[in-house]
Amino acid sequence: MTPGSSAVSVTWTRLVEGDTGPAPLVFGPISRTDIVRYQGASGDFQPIHHDEPFARAAGYDAPLVVGMLPAGLLATWATDWLGPANVRRSRVRWAERVWPGDVLACAGTVVRKYEEADEHRVDLELSCTNQHGTPVVRGWMTFVVPE
Amino acid sequence: MVEWGALGVEGAPFEMEVERGKIREYARATGSDHPAYLADERPVVPAHFLTTTFFWEGDDGSPWDRVQMSQQRGMHAEQEYLFHGEPPRAGTRLTCTSRIDRIYEKESRTGDVLTFVEMVTAFRDESGRLVAEARMTAVEPG
Repeated sequence: MTPGSSAVSVTWTRLVEGDTGPAPLVFGPISRTDIVRYQGASGDFQPIHHDEPFARAAGYDAPLVVGMLPAGLLATWATDWLGPANVRRSRVRWAERVWPGDVLACAGTVVRKYEEADEHRVDLELSCTNQHGTPVVRGWMTFVVPE
Repeated sequence: MVEWGALGVEGAPFEMEVERGKIREYARATGSDHPAYLADERPVVPAHFLTTTFFWEGDDGSPWDRVQMSQQRGMHAEQEYLFHGEPPRAGTRLTCTSRIDRIYEKESRTGDVLTFVEMVTAFRDESGRLVAEARMTAVEPG
């Protein structure tokens, strides 16, 4: 791909239901710096994700990883594959807490290939799992796919 | 404790400028080095980028404080972004309006009452077209 292009190598005819796309995006072990980098980028400065005394007062042993970080990694796996300009919907649901030191793997599957409003579309189901294989975030995304 | 009176409360509309540097920062913080984010002159926003309204909403733009959910016990349960066409690109000036859309209770498997709150934010471009919507669902255990 040439820089500046939003074209993707994925084409409608080659994409099939059940397609699992590229290798999972593996991220971690998650550091406190990763958390702070996300919080600075997003503007969500909830202290429970970086302030150790605050996290302990809330009953946790360590700062809880901000959920939008694994959610963002999950979306990145899909948009890196199907093209950032092609995403039309992303929904995520948090299932388990994520802690500093966790190693996450993000992947997904095409569950539906269809036409809607004169566009070729695919729906994906995605999952971000930790090093124990436990799903920590589930995701559902919709993309348009170029001809 | 969740304040049920917050239901239907709408924040003041606020503007958000979609900026190339913020897109780059958000993409890198979420593990992407895709050239559509990092090299494009006018990149599209990452799928969850519109969460950066935090920097723009000010004191009266977000009705969330009215909900009075506990900072220690409240949790983000779900998040959704819908794009009506291509996600907005750098250089777009969005007008954003947030509203407390739903408040409801569910019983957990262990019999505790969970209070859910959903806030919806609508994003319109300079022409007034609805380009994106965000739905944030948070939960407070009873």
